[in-house]
Amino acid sequence: MKLTEQQVRHVAKLARLALTREELDTFGQQLSHVLDAVDALAQVDTSALGGPAGSDGATPHLREDVVSGETGTKVALANAPLAVGSSFAIPRVLE
Amino acid sequence: MTRETIAAAARALADGALTSEALTERHLERVTRDVTGAFLAVDTTGARAAARASDERRRRGAALGPLDGVPLALKDNILTEGVVTTAGSRMLERFLPPVDATVTARLKAAGAVLLGKTNLDEFGMGSSTEASAFHRTKNPFDLSRTPGGSSGGSAAAVAAGLALGALGTDTGGSIRQPASFTGLVGLKPSYGRVSRSGVVAYASSLDQVGPLAKTVEDAALLLEAIEGLDPDDSTSIAAPATAWSAARGRGVSGLTIGLPKEYFVEGMEPEVERSVRHVAARLEALGAKVVEVSLPHTRHALATYYVIAPCEAASNLGRYDGVRYGHRTADAKSLTELYERSRAEGFGSEVKRRIMLGTFALSAGYADAYYRKAQQVRELIRRDFEAVFQQVDLVLSATSPVLPWTLGEKLDDPLSMYLMDVLTLPCNLAGLPGLSLPCALSSSGLPIGAQLLARPFAEATLLQAAFALEADLSLALAPRGGA
Repeated sequence: MKLTEQQVRHVAKLARLALTREELDTFGQQLSHVLDAVDALAQVDTSALGGPAGSDGATPHLREDVVSGETGTKVALANAPLAVGSSFAIPRVLE
Repeated sequence: MTRETIAAAARALADGALTSEALTERHLERVTRDVTGAFLAVDTTGARAAARASDERRRRGAALGPLDGVPLALKDNILTEGVVTTAGSRMLERFLPPVDATVTARLKAAGAVLLGKTNLDEFGMGSSTEASAFHRTKNPFDLSRTPGGSSGGSAAAVAAGLALGALGTDTGGSIRQPASFTGLVGLKPSYGRVSRSGVVAYASSLDQVGPLAKTVEDAALLLEAIEGLDPDDSTSIAAPATAWSAARGRGVSGLTIGLPKEYFVEGMEPEVERSVRHVAARLEALGAKVVEVSLPHTRHALATYYVIAPCEAASNLGRYDGVRYGHRTADAKSLTELYERSRAEGFGSEVKRRIMLGTFALSAGYADAYYRKAQQVRELIRRDFEAVFQQVDLVLSATSPVLPWTLGEKLDDPLSMYLMDVLTLPCNLAGLPGLSLPCALSSSGLPIGAQLLARPFAEATLLQAAFALEADLSLALAPRGGA
């Protein structure tokens, strides 16, 4: 499948990745090439299946809904690029 | 010269012939002279303290078990408290975990000495360790060649005698293929056997942690220490412990081994094919029945994996947004700019490529055709194995269709690198346990591995056959670049 530049820009936006002009071109080509290989999946007859893999009856194993342990503010902030008090600081979002 | 193994070290420590302090110091010294680039970080202080603690326990008669005092290495996508864990990425270049991964904690509880963190393809995405953001790792058997990936650092560390064993992770072959390339035993456990808690996630339905070691026994000792249900990993399964010591010495007569015709692929190196057929012949000579089988959906495994893994990766790597941890871009004017630039600066090109691929395949208008369809084909692949395991106990193939390639050779065409994983990917898609065992040296002196696959949770059967083959093949493997 051949991706247009517009599609590549759209995907980069969804992925929250700022791409250079060069990356837009290279990734566009490389992704198209990989998608060509992947397009063959459309030919595989999956009509006999119900849902996708893992959706047939495996019982999820759940634990008790009980609070166990606490990370704590100090640990949570330990790798913060920028912390203000007990919060992570980010650029202004609201005016 | 006796081969240095975990089991031999355990005996020497138990006999008092050696202290953990001396053993650890010997390995730390070798690490300082390492020419392969196996490590990203060496925790000299922590290792020495653990070694002293081990010797102290032993003096008090409180030795913990076979791993007590044994120097090991961990792939750098496994969290280690207080030791920087980078996942091979600039995104996490200074990340200091506040906790140990469950597997780390279990090795520490067994008294192991953790020497440091080994190099990997960034976030586990790659087959040659060339996609590490920091440096390339070299194959101890030929320093111009790759040790494989993504657990290339762990493989090089063990093969070069820098650590007696190591943990890696395997999402599409990343333990087995490096083991094959460096003459080691590499085991990917069944999905759910080993906890993923504290392991940097790549593809959550495919990732597993497992051992790389010089012998089958060493691999079994490492598996024993890390396997088992973990309440912190809701995908871990309560399975009985692998009965590996009963498996040793059982031999292979009574076992039926399948050789899948689809695993003799076009472009396969003739020496690799010959080595695998030789392994089949040895298994027959040892009393196993060997039959040809078919796994008809094998040819779709590559496409299936290269949809599912990038999709799950795109989702998992969404957490790296420059807010709570990891790299943050300077001077972002908006939240969107913060996200887009932090991620552009923190991630390498292979990671970006896979995020883009996964994001596309999950996007509106394409998710059904790509992601949903791939998950359905995955189920067909799993059913192929289920059917084959009605007739056979194990599946045998090569681990890699080719020998370790030269560094830099495959960097221009990502798809040509992806093709290298064709023989290892199906195992992850089906959640099976898989093992790579050294079976030959090529005429150019490069290791060749044979791969065995078993039913889910049948690691004991894998080990049973691996023990028998190891004894029969009696390979003497000594890389130029190490001990």
